[in-house]
Amino acid sequence: MTRSRRWLFAVVSVVMFGLLVNTGCKKSKGDPFPASGTVAGWEKSSDTRVFAAKDLWQYIDGDSEQYIQAGVVSTSTSDYKYQGKLEAVVDVYTMGAPDGARTILQKGQTKDSKSVKVGDEGLQFAQSVNFRKGRYLVRIVAYESSATTPEALLALANGVEANL
Amino acid sequence: MSSRRDFLKEAATGAVILGAQGKLGIAALAGKGADKGKSKVVIARDPALHGADGKLDEKRVGELLDRAIASYTGRTKPADAWKHIVAKGGGQDKVIGLKTNGLGGKGISTHAVLVFAIAERLQQAGVKPGNILVWDRNERDLKACGLAINMDPSRMRCFGSDVSGFEDQVETFGSSKARFSKILTRECAMVINVPILKDHSMSGVTFAMKNMYGVVERPMDLHATGCNPGVADLNAFPVIREKIKITIGDAMSSVYEGGPMFRPEYLWYPNSLIVGEDRVAIDQTAWGILEKKRAEMGLKTLDAAGRPPRYIATAADSAHGLGINDPGRIKVVEV
Repeated sequence: MTRSRRWLFAVVSVVMFGLLVNTGCKKSKGDPFPASGTVAGWEKSSDTRVFAAKDLWQYIDGDSEQYIQAGVVSTSTSDYKYQGKLEAVVDVYTMGAPDGARTILQKGQTKDSKSVKVGDEGLQFAQSVNFRKGRYLVRIVAYESSATTPEALLALANGVEANL
Repeated sequence: MSSRRDFLKEAATGAVILGAQGKLGIAALAGKGADKGKSKVVIARDPALHGADGKLDEKRVGELLDRAIASYTGRTKPADAWKHIVAKGGGQDKVIGLKTNGLGGKGISTHAVLVFAIAERLQQAGVKPGNILVWDRNERDLKACGLAINMDPSRMRCFGSDVSGFEDQVETFGSSKARFSKILTRECAMVINVPILKDHSMSGVTFAMKNMYGVVERPMDLHATGCNPGVADLNAFPVIREKIKITIGDAMSSVYEGGPMFRPEYLWYPNSLIVGEDRVAIDQTAWGILEKKRAEMGLKTLDAAGRPPRYIATAADSAHGLGINDPGRIKVVEV
């Protein structure tokens, strides 16, 4: 390979890499699950479990079908605790494309849901926050309801969103 | 405690019946009148079971269970009723399984307090603690119910099919294939089914029969076409048909939409236990309860939502013969 060809190869490689990073192959910033203490009051109380689309039934049984139809690629989940009391679970569904995340989120919209500013679109209920960002769909569910639950869940949602 | 009064009232009105129960005939029987040939389902309710804050008053669960079992068996003393159930199931020296359902996660799983109440009464009926085996798919599901793993045979045992493993043999019924948990095939002489009532995104309703998906290695293979005929086929396998003797269904809390996982936005408290031997009649009754709640909340019927629980009718057909789905032939007793 001549010197000019080597230069051309290097330039093309750098341009391609830049395109990949800034377009459809955009990667997440890594682990979406905030470490304990990252979000005030919240601790991560379990290991992260990851399910490929074909194994999602092991986690959510027949509910997996709607995610598969929407193009889920993988799902990761972890438990959390707020101030040592309130327990919650965070599910991060990585879809093939943003449309899949949008489809699932909109299916869960009810008259009781309130729009919240998290990610591209967010919905809050008394005991849960669901949002989408790009091809990610995040569902955060608390097992109890109290006056502080909605605010605490929203803070955790923002913590997850920052990692996506 | 109103069990004696209710029992006498039922007897007087013909609500204590003879009919198409399970093979054991645990239910109180009379054998006369319009109820002959009907399946009996008891719904025991306690409106004060959950407080305004949504907290379960666990102290009330045992009393509710006693009321349900007294009404179902016609035996007003819990010890007598449970001795009757145990005797019909093979005797005190046999291993009795309690099949729970923890798939939905902590917020919508069989309540541990109900499991403990059943286990306590089995012991009062002479069953050794180690002969009571609480089980589900795996450790996670059992923990979701609030149960702790225990392999010590001097105490009530509790572990999942992830520990026992599954039979190598693939069994076939109709178009359905399954490998069964060794807990079902090798450990338990009889099983008390302790499911929790939920909406289900594919099958419409998950309760008595659908809970059996937790006893096979690959339940996902049985989910096609709204779990029909999967649910019916599975319950028709001899090992399930014969070993599941009675269902004590947990309808203390439920989700009327968004199931089978925990969706707190759809959580509600029926505050009930639903008891019977005819698993088809139980699911038919549970379906009605779920539809009533959906209508109250302005939701479509399960049929209109595209997921009617067709497997219930399939389970009642002549090929399966698992029970009765005709509401006119189900005697629902509310106590």
